[in-house]
Amino acid sequence: MITEEQNIDEILIPILEKVFDPEIPVLSIMDMGVVRSAFIKNNIVKVEITPTYSGCPAMDVIGDDIKLALKQAGYESKIELILHPAWTTDWITPRGRKALEDYGIAAPLDAETDKDVLLNGKRIVKCTNCGSTNTRLVSQFGSTACKAQFQCDDCQEPFDYFKCLK
Amino acid sequence: MKNENLYNYILGIADNSLILGQRLGELTGHGPSLETDIACTNISLDLFGQVRSYFQYATKIAGDDRTEDDIAMLRKEREYKNVLLVEQPNTNFAYTMARQFLFDVYHLAFLAELQKSTDLTLSAIANKCIKEVSYHERFSSDWIKRLGDGTEESKAKMQEAIDGLWTYTDELFHQTEADKAMVAEGIGVDVTKLKDAYYARVSEILEESTLETPESKWFQKGGKEGIHTEHLGYLLAELQYMQRAYPNMEW
Repeated sequence: MITEEQNIDEILIPILEKVFDPEIPVLSIMDMGVVRSAFIKNNIVKVEITPTYSGCPAMDVIGDDIKLALKQAGYESKIELILHPAWTTDWITPRGRKALEDYGIAAPLDAETDKDVLLNGKRIVKCTNCGSTNTRLVSQFGSTACKAQFQCDDCQEPFDYFKCLK
Repeated sequence: MKNENLYNYILGIADNSLILGQRLGELTGHGPSLETDIACTNISLDLFGQVRSYFQYATKIAGDDRTEDDIAMLRKEREYKNVLLVEQPNTNFAYTMARQFLFDVYHLAFLAELQKSTDLTLSAIANKCIKEVSYHERFSSDWIKRLGDGTEESKAKMQEAIDGLWTYTDELFHQTEADKAMVAEGIGVDVTKLKDAYYARVSEILEESTLETPESKWFQKGGKEGIHTEHLGYLLAELQYMQRAYPNMEW
């Protein structure tokens, strides 16, 4: 989904698409939706990124990785962290959602369904291993702040679910 | 400093998250089970992330050479403005969850109001934090219900924790001088207005958990003015150790 106030110079897109989330290495930062703007002014690229979660330790690394990728493409850059508008899982692109699923992380559901799953124990999240929805919540907090732990009761595989943040 | 009230106001908000985050961080590798251990430390991480946003803003307001690390690590006990509730120790898991729950219900209501602040940085931070805190509140209320409406033993322990921490709840709704000044300017949240809804919500969850809502009307206060319980000093000794032993580290 291309979202409001995203303002990225087309020349920079292929470079930024090659920067990946250090904790979910299949997910490009462009598909994650954390790059809010990027443009070239006086030969310096100014990039604005927004954190997924406030305490996400990946943000510092992402900033450094962007700088490095731009440098390799011949640009100096300045990275700024912005808080507004706040990141939401709606900004993950369809390609990003597919990359998550292929990697073994169930993609976020919409806010209402997410609540049903996390609060009311509904079995809706699709197992990333066998596709069954006979899955249950093990813990609301998973290996990182943005994920919850699930287990499939058909194939028994444990997996992560990317929580809806809206 | 030009805007001392705003600076103190930001620290008042941030210190609650800082101290609670530190308490939860103590459980790293010591939680009662792997899942709860990870959950508590994830909540801690969220809180520390939020604290950084507040402190970074506070350094801009201060306008001198102090850094976010200075603010977090180098103040003396009397200069921390957190409420007494969040500095209470992890006596057992019931206490940890009761403390979390009693704070989360407040925190969520507070952030909902702070989103309306005329200060755009504070409203942006609140807008970001509230999404995370709504997960915290779900998690802690869930544990109140699970332990309250659990076995005889878990119920007794949870009731004891709620009774023990109840005396620290009223302070959440006290106004400091900085609070009053910020409310008058449309920047701050009038916490006195959050009180009735807070106790209604807490009682509702307690009832659902088959627990009694304490009736005691005797409340402790002082944290917001820097007068803390004995527990804060020990917590700060651990929090500040690295920065004092190896000055100028960055967190």
